[in-house]
Amino acid sequence: MNELLALIVAKYNFWLYIVLMMIGLYAMIAKNNLMKKLVGMNIFQTAIILFYVSIGYKHGATLPIIQGGHGPHDAVIHAADYINPLPHVLMLTAIVVSVATFGVAMALCVKIYQKYQTLEEDELRIRLSEK
Amino acid sequence: MLWPIDLIVLTFVIFCAIAAITVRDLLGTAILFSAYSFLMCLLWAVMGAVDVAFTEASVGAGVSTVFLVAAVFRTSRRSKD
Amino acid sequence: MKLLGFVVICLTGGLLIYGTMDLPNWGDPASPASTHLSDYYIENIVEETQVPNLVTAVLADYRGYDTMFETAVVFCAGLACFLLLRDFRPGKNRYYRHIPTGVMLHFKNPDTRMIPGNEFEHMDKDWVPSDIIIKTVCRILIPFIQIYALYVVAHGDFSPGGGFQGGVIFGSSLILMAISYNLRTLMKRVTEKFLSIFAATGVLIYVGLGVLAMIMGGQFLDYGMLAPLVPWDPGHIRALGMLGVEIGVGIAVMAVMVIIYVNIVSEGRHDEGL
Repeated sequence: MNELLALIVAKYNFWLYIVLMMIGLYAMIAKNNLMKKLVGMNIFQTAIILFYVSIGYKHGATLPIIQGGHGPHDAVIHAADYINPLPHVLMLTAIVVSVATFGVAMALCVKIYQKYQTLEEDELRIRLSEK
Repeated sequence: MLWPIDLIVLTFVIFCAIAAITVRDLLGTAILFSAYSFLMCLLWAVMGAVDVAFTEASVGAGVSTVFLVAAVFRTSRRSKD
Repeated sequence: MKLLGFVVICLTGGLLIYGTMDLPNWGDPASPASTHLSDYYIENIVEETQVPNLVTAVLADYRGYDTMFETAVVFCAGLACFLLLRDFRPGKNRYYRHIPTGVMLHFKNPDTRMIPGNEFEHMDKDWVPSDIIIKTVCRILIPFIQIYALYVVAHGDFSPGGGFQGGVIFGSSLILMAISYNLRTLMKRVTEKFLSIFAATGVLIYVGLGVLAMIMGGQFLDYGMLAPLVPWDPGHIRALGMLGVEIGVGIAVMAVMVIIYVNIVSEGRHDEGL
């Protein structure tokens, strides 16, 4: 029983990230509206970013900004005192790219609506087969 | 970090995600998605990723929502599911 | 489709949860991700670059090449929105309001134009009276938001922040102006030409700093080689190089955010929007 509890405490974060990721994947597969699909894609992205950020977390460590780092310093820096900054860097770029792709996707949605007057996937398929 | 904050915010995030993809009004989706992004930003700030949280607060909760609202304004607000 | 999707996500989720059993415990300081490479960065960054914010240092210096192409990606997104949506034909329906009487005129012929002056003003199709409270609050708020954005860019080396965040905040202050007044007010002050030039200039500043380092005899984006250009503070040359790069990123991101917003909200016509 105690082992199970220890396992849940150690891993429940990862499980909840997976739940979030699956919500996004479900929206991308099963939703009919193109905008809903895009929101699902964004949820999927943020879940993966959350997973990466949580990899860098260390118990008992502080923010990745060196204290007293500006100017002369002679204190020895211990790596265990600071959170791992590398996943943060990767994910920072991922977020900005995600908003750029989201903007382009919105532009495509507006263009599709101009041409077919709908954003529903099934209606879109009917209109496409009519032509 | 405190595990109750983590757990409560994660639960809210999951509720917001489910609500954002089930609500039938696309403007509602935009606002719920904004709330989702902001809670996510809170979660990252609690985890110590302040730069990532700052980016998400300005990009995800700010500009993404504006793009979504602008696109809803130019297309339709209804959604079948 | 719904049932199939549900089965697929249950299978995938089950497999992923099974996969988490091999991951190290959450927040374990001895996990493989935080023991080998990251220790070197944490212990040596301040000595090598004089920048206390580790994220900025890795983003703009160690991974500078990556960030450069990411700025190019953002620029390409702006370009894609422009090419997809921009429509140079004048809109078919134009609405003008006679200011003294409040009578609305509706022009259906796209060729007839009216020059808005003291008597007439160009109106949106779905016009609602502007709220004086919103206008006043936004007019007071916008300069402070812009100063905050500049602070975020300039102070990115020492505190959370940097070019991306500052650029997005500056861009959203301009978007706020478009929302609180109307789109034409924004496009009168910040023209399309200005935005396009700024978006390209931001990328050019980034690449230009890299090329400048090459000309000075170093490798591409090696800011240490720029030291002869700043004789008064050669010790912080890497921090200054990062600041220059962040300014370029901020300018590009600011312009691209406004371009995407304006093109989406007006369907590429740039005449009326939210």
